[in-house]
Amino acid sequence: MQPTVFVPTDLYVMLSAVLFVMGVLGVLIRRNAILVFMSVELMLNAGNLALVAFARQWGLANGQVFVFFVMTVAAAEVAVGLALIVAIFRTKRSIDIDDLHEMKG
Amino acid sequence: MDFQTVDWTVSLLAILPEILLTVLVVVILILDALWPESRRRQLGIISGVAMLGILAAMLIFVAPLQGELRDQLLLGGMIRHDVLTQIFRAMILLAGALTCFISVDLPGAGRQGGYYALVAVATLGAGLMSAAADLIMVFIALETTSISLYMLAGFLRGDERSAESGVKYFLFGAFASAVALYGLSLLYGFSGQTNIYLIADGLASGSIGGLPVLVALMLVVVGFGFKISAVPFHFWTPDVYEGAPTPITAFISVASKAASFALLLRFFMAVFPGYDEVWVNLLAVSSVVTMTLGNVVALWQKNIKRMLAYSSIAQAGYTLIGVVAISAQGGAGMAAVIFYMAMYTLTNIGAFTVAFLVSRATGSEAIADMAGLSRRSPALALAMTVALLSLGGIPPAAGFFGKFFLFNAAVDAGFVWLALVAVINAIIALYYYLMVIKVMYVDRSADEAQPIPVGRTYGWALIITTLGVIFLGIVASPVYNWALAAGQELLF
Repeated sequence: MQPTVFVPTDLYVMLSAVLFVMGVLGVLIRRNAILVFMSVELMLNAGNLALVAFARQWGLANGQVFVFFVMTVAAAEVAVGLALIVAIFRTKRSIDIDDLHEMKG
Repeated sequence: MDFQTVDWTVSLLAILPEILLTVLVVVILILDALWPESRRRQLGIISGVAMLGILAAMLIFVAPLQGELRDQLLLGGMIRHDVLTQIFRAMILLAGALTCFISVDLPGAGRQGGYYALVAVATLGAGLMSAAADLIMVFIALETTSISLYMLAGFLRGDERSAESGVKYFLFGAFASAVALYGLSLLYGFSGQTNIYLIADGLASGSIGGLPVLVALMLVVVGFGFKISAVPFHFWTPDVYEGAPTPITAFISVASKAASFALLLRFFMAVFPGYDEVWVNLLAVSSVVTMTLGNVVALWQKNIKRMLAYSSIAQAGYTLIGVVAISAQGGAGMAAVIFYMAMYTLTNIGAFTVAFLVSRATGSEAIADMAGLSRRSPALALAMTVALLSLGGIPPAAGFFGKFFLFNAAVDAGFVWLALVAVINAIIALYYYLMVIKVMYVDRSADEAQPIPVGRTYGWALIITTLGVIFLGIVASPVYNWALAAGQELLF
């Protein structure tokens, strides 16, 4: 079934660019490790949105397949990332990335 | 497209090392569950020997079959089976095996199957990175390597520095991967292709050119730049290298870097032809800044791991010279990068092995605490000296020829200034490498009567690396000529 309103691909790509920039700013500005990590996820999802939009534009499935793999990888990354953040919280009682200064030189 | 021609059962041979590594991971995890902790030290030896076996199997079974599989895009275009893949995969498997050997006495990890399984997975991912010919495979391979290395960097749970190293590596790494992914998605969008070898044509025939494509490629290069720790994406390197368990630092500094260079080479050759001048100049500048910053900051370091971290930033800068030279010289630049990475793999693992053994015995990672090493353990001091001379580029160690080939390729490609800057850098670098040698041989310490204990597998690792470095230093030109022939074949 064809959608009644066809949203042009460039709008999707622009939205994905906005999401990506928001993610980058979040990584640069936020100090809480979990929020930094959420911003990274936002960047990955910006990539996903661009991929599906382009896949529709080209009429090819490989972009959609790519998104499945990205989602799987992102899930693995979440598991590992949260475990590491828990580990740092156990030793430091803080997840502020400004407190990560055990090593200097 | 030519990737439908080979039967898929035959093309499985092209990923034979990866299949065997997967089997190895399962075997390690089963043995880990079955064996009591007292026996699990064997797991490191088993993993290391198995990886050497896989390397041998690859050289015996896969190399002769190249006639059929050679230079083909296989498994739906996901990987390309060529000389670049084979050489880098061999380096990575060797690095993985040596990492297992030097991990057996690592407190908190050396007796855990999960640790060796993760090393095997990281090796697998790095091997796929050097073979990847499709954006999907590039991303998955990159992440397979990175995610397992995040875990390994933070593996020592009680150790505050290891946890911090893991979190830092994870946050910066995930950020860089996300940036690279967005670049990959734009490249797909502009070309309609996910296969690296079809993207250039897609971009050329597409309506979108100029700035958007430049931005997309820039994002991808940022991601790769992070992995090879090129300035300005190097800031994670010192902290992660210092905090991670030393064998993992060695692995990150060689295998992850070599795989990323393989990816970078493939990407530049296949995707970038239309964007030559901009990229070549950008890379040349990045190379200069990277090696200068690495060398200058390394001068002030008091911690051996931190010094080797800055040294590895500088080494990445040198290697980038070869990537620059590919633009004009093709095969020579490629061969120089291959040779440099091969010698760097052996050299750096040797250096980190000695650093690990000494810091475990003295309880300190300070360079000053290596004093008197030549009297405590002459063999260790000798192995470290060979590694440092190689890093510094002094004959007869392999590093001399590594630098010579790189600088030569740069001059032939018309980048005389780049070669000059690199020579000045190499001279600066000698200061801090020789300083360590001076501390080991001239300075005295109170513990000179107590030799440093060296486990059997550590001895194997040091023998392999030291002899390898000297061997590559003596028979450099045949090896280089072989790499040159391989390099020229790759330029189509």
